[in-house]
Amino acid sequence: MSTREARGPEGQSPEARGLSRRGLFGLAGVGAAGLALGGGAGVAAGAALASAGPAGASQYPFHGAHQAGVTTPAQDRLHFAAFDLAPDATADELRALLDAWTAAAARMTRGLPVGAGGAVDGPPSAPPDDTGEALDLPPAGLTITIGYGPTLFETADGVDRFGLAARRPAALTPLPRFSGDALRPEWTGGDLCIQACADDPQVAVHAVRNLTRIAFGTAVIRWSQLGFGRTSSTSTAQQTPRNLFGFKDGTANLKAEETRAIEENVWVAEGDDVAWMTGGSYLVARKIRMLIEGWDRTRLEEQEAVIGRDKRDGAPLSGGGEFTAPDLAVLPAASHVRLAHPDLNDGIRLLRRGYNYTDGTDELGRLDAGLFFLSFQRDPERFVRVQRSLAGHDALNEYLRHVGSAVFAVPPGVPEGGSYSDALFG
Amino acid sequence: MPSRPSPASARSPIALGALAATAVLVLSGCVPNAPAGGTSIAVDIRDDACEVETATAEAGTVVFSLSNTGSDVNEFEILADDGLRIVGEKENVVPGQTVDYAVQLEPGSYVTACKFRQVGEPVGRAAFTVTGEAVVRDADEQQLADEAVASYLAYLRSQVGELIPAVAEFAEAYAAGDDEKARELFAAARVPYERIEPTAEAFGDLDPSIDYREVDALAEGLDWTGFHRMEKDLWPPHAGDLNSDGADALLDWSPSTPEERRALADGLVADVDRLAQLVRADDFTLSVDDISNGAIGLLDEVAAGKITGEEDWWSHTDLSDFAANVQGARVAFGTVRELAETAGGAEAEQLTTRIDREFDALEALLAQYGDLDAGFTPYDQVDAAQRKELSDQVNALAEPLSQLTALVLGS
Repeated sequence: MSTREARGPEGQSPEARGLSRRGLFGLAGVGAAGLALGGGAGVAAGAALASAGPAGASQYPFHGAHQAGVTTPAQDRLHFAAFDLAPDATADELRALLDAWTAAAARMTRGLPVGAGGAVDGPPSAPPDDTGEALDLPPAGLTITIGYGPTLFETADGVDRFGLAARRPAALTPLPRFSGDALRPEWTGGDLCIQACADDPQVAVHAVRNLTRIAFGTAVIRWSQLGFGRTSSTSTAQQTPRNLFGFKDGTANLKAEETRAIEENVWVAEGDDVAWMTGGSYLVARKIRMLIEGWDRTRLEEQEAVIGRDKRDGAPLSGGGEFTAPDLAVLPAASHVRLAHPDLNDGIRLLRRGYNYTDGTDELGRLDAGLFFLSFQRDPERFVRVQRSLAGHDALNEYLRHVGSAVFAVPPGVPEGGSYSDALFG
Repeated sequence: MPSRPSPASARSPIALGALAATAVLVLSGCVPNAPAGGTSIAVDIRDDACEVETATAEAGTVVFSLSNTGSDVNEFEILADDGLRIVGEKENVVPGQTVDYAVQLEPGSYVTACKFRQVGEPVGRAAFTVTGEAVVRDADEQQLADEAVASYLAYLRSQVGELIPAVAEFAEAYAAGDDEKARELFAAARVPYERIEPTAEAFGDLDPSIDYREVDALAEGLDWTGFHRMEKDLWPPHAGDLNSDGADALLDWSPSTPEERRALADGLVADVDRLAQLVRADDFTLSVDDISNGAIGLLDEVAAGKITGEEDWWSHTDLSDFAANVQGARVAFGTVRELAETAGGAEAEQLTTRIDREFDALEALLAQYGDLDAGFTPYDQVDAAQRKELSDQVNALAEPLSQLTALVLGS
């Protein structure tokens, strides 16, 4: 099990070994309706996939009722990409792209290279199917999660490019403007998104790079974001990490073990919305630049008052330990923890899955860094409710700028032999 | 760049011999003798005209009766409907001579033209239509490969033939200090070169001498010569302007003196002549994967240099180079297309269809900015969103095109 090639059963059907790039282009050219590209791609899914073994050996099943990468214990690294469909893309091409992405994602999450020829086994006269930088690396807990933006169903000026307007989930509307937003168009929106999370950044980047390559001619990257460290725990087995303000973040986050709360807050239930979204969720992405230098000059007691927690242990300022419930009557009124608390937000809990990011330094030499906030919720309106509570009042806003924003419908999981396109196109 | 040895010799099922050694290079469907009893189409070739008696023919063997009533040697060409790729040609038609030239033509649109003294732009371009049923060809891969190579060699020769007079006129204007005229001629003089750039690059020191940008010459410690040094003289920088690497554009630079201008002009003319001699040499040939890799390489040129505006940093004529690279890539693709579809199996036709569509889309996008005759929008007036749109379409084409060599080699 030391190499990617050694992983997973061989001797599968040709489909399971993946399509060559040539095959992909052919499909994209003629439309691939009815071709079960994902067929057999998940042969290994039934095998034991627990996260035991050496570091990086974690492997999460690609197929299932829900997509991986939501309640999966938050991996350490992120590469997130938002795509726009090409101006001349057709519904057949979109379907072919989703089929090809399904096949590639099913392979990569098992630690296998993209395509029949992989990185080195194709003809020497052709560019390899797989770009190769993940060769010899284990799956590293890679999950690939897909989402659909409102513009996929209908453009801002009401054009139904792919005949999908009637299938649009009612809940999928662009987020409203929040007080203090400083959104930049180049970091906002998108027709499709891919969230690739892994414990090895090379594996996450490899995933987005190869999916981007498959999309050339059909969809192009609109924006992308690397996250170098998780800021949330989504399992009780995980330690609470710190954000770039130096505080433990996500202490009270939803955890995978809270199965009832997950059902209540994260997954779209039958009857909530269009039937094909049942078992799915909604993803909100916010690129939040932190004004690091100013924060670092703030005295400790004020930092703690702004957050509402003790910096060393993460205990609420109302007393106790990290996991003690805060006393909202005692916390500073404008503290972040208080304003985000479910008790002040109709009981709403978001599943947060954000990452610390840095894009280097800006033109003034300041650290260009912050939080790439990701949250999953049953309805985007739940995020809106919480963010409205924060936007006008949170003491933390002085140190934040929301510069990017997007919302995506996250479809349910793909069953074995299925494709992303099945649920979307019905 | 690929580190493997060229797969053509080691792996290709097509044994590409030293084609040039076989003396007679057969262009697509060239037949050596006119079939008995066939009617022929008269072509009146003069120095400044190329009159074809009728503009249509039935598919199959078409015979042209070529009469040169002009003053010097001429050449008759049948071009694909792009006006660039050479489907058939008859060279060395001397004054006073009448000669029959027979060629196998499939249904489709063509362009007929002559080439006075066998250099420069084709003269008397005229549309020529072939109707009827496609001739069922039973060509084997070897034959298709031979035809592709012969066609591409003819194309290379036609392009160096266009390059020589275009460069001579530009260089003369530059040397004479007629900057306005030289600026007008600069972009057009580069077009034939940009169409066949990978071939020039294969000759080692020629491309650096002809086409290096200042930053590259500096980095490699070369004397900076060629198009781009002349370009900077013609569009001189102002105080505060930067080179593409961010360095002060005036640092270690001064306008070329009249003597330097003369030397640079003569040097460029001599380099282009040498390129033409190399391409026209009897022992010059290339392989089918050289052609397909050339198509891929031309798109890489676009993606690396033209999209960023680094190529024509002072003249901003990047889109002209861009369009010429795309034309050259499409000719190379068209040259090996039938071979790819024959050798590459069922997948190949889907891929070539896709490549065609993406070429169409890229050409349509470029057409929004002008054309090679009328000129293009200066690249400094193409904004970031427009550049991204161009880049997206280059990617959309370059990805499927990158599979072409494997198809051509049937691997």
